[in-house]
Amino acid sequence: MSSSEHGNRLYLTVWSALLILTVVEIALAYQHLTVMVMLLLLVSLSLFKAGLIVAYFMHLRFERMSLTLTLIPALIMCIALMFIIFPDSLRLLELRR
Amino acid sequence: MSEAVRETGISAWAGGGGSPFSISSNKLGMWLFLVSDSLTFTALLIAYSYVRVASEVWPRPFESFSIIMASVMTFCLLSSSVTMVLAVAAAKRKALGQTTLWLGATILGGLIFIVLHANEWMELIHHGVTPFANPWGVPLFGATFFTLTGLHMTHVTVGVIYLGVIAWGFSKGKFSSDDVEISGLYWHFVDLVWMFIFPMVYLLSNAL
Repeated sequence: MSSSEHGNRLYLTVWSALLILTVVEIALAYQHLTVMVMLLLLVSLSLFKAGLIVAYFMHLRFERMSLTLTLIPALIMCIALMFIIFPDSLRLLELRR
Repeated sequence: MSEAVRETGISAWAGGGGSPFSISSNKLGMWLFLVSDSLTFTALLIAYSYVRVASEVWPRPFESFSIIMASVMTFCLLSSSVTMVLAVAAAKRKALGQTTLWLGATILGGLIFIVLHANEWMELIHHGVTPFANPWGVPLFGATFFTLTGLHMTHVTVGVIYLGVIAWGFSKGKFSSDDVEISGLYWHFVDLVWMFIFPMVYLLSNAL
C-alpha cells in the first residue's frame, strides 16, 4: 500500500458505514413488523455489512479475482444447501399444533 | 513464460503457474480455514433458526438494557476491526511502536467484548436461563443460544490470545507483517460472524 493515508481514510469510511448500518438495524428491531419482513431486512443488511468487511477489511477486493472465485461461490453453495432442512422445521411445527 | 504469467497474471481463470492466487500459502491456509469455520457458524445459526421456526412459542428475553449492551459489544468489535486494519497498515510501514499500539487497542476491544458478554451470560443464568431449562419452558432456546454465542466467544478469546502472541512476536522481530495481516483476517472474521449473531439472535428476540 503506497498511499497509506488514503487507505486509512477508506477504512474509516467503511467503519462509519458499518456503524450506521448497525444503528439502522437496531432502530428496525423496534418497529412493529412481521417476523418475516424483519428477518429479510436484517439479513440483507447483515449480508451487506459482511460484504463490506470481507471486501475492505479482509482486503479481498484488492486480491486477485481467482481467490474470490475459489472461496466465495463454493461457500454460498454450501450455505444454500443447508437451507434444505427448513421445510422439515415447518412440518415439525404443524405436527406440534 | 511462467514468470511472465506470474508477473502480469491477467486472467482470473488462469490456473497453475507459479502462484495462481499471488498470496502466501499461510494466507491461503487462513482463508480456507475461515471458509470452513464460516460453515460451522452457519450450521449453528441454521440450527437456531430451525428450532425457532419449529417452536410455537419462542422467548424474547432481551430487554432494552440487553440490547444496549449488545450494541455496545457490536461497537467494540467493529472498532477493534478498524484498529486491526490500522495495525496491519502500520506493520506494512514497519512502524513497530504503532503496530503494537493498534494491536493492543484491538486486544482491548476484544477483552471488553468478552467481559460484557460474560456479564450478560451471568445475568441470563441468574434469571434461570441455562442450556437445559428456562422459565418459558423452551429449553431449545438455551441450548442453541449458548452453543452459538459460546462458540463465538471462544473464537474471540482465541483471537485475543492469537493477537497477543502476534504482537509479542512482531515486536521481537520473529513475525513478519504478513503474519500480522493473517491474524487480521481471523479477527475480521470473528467480527463478521457477530454481524449475523447480533441481528438474528438479539434483535429478533428483543422484548417489544
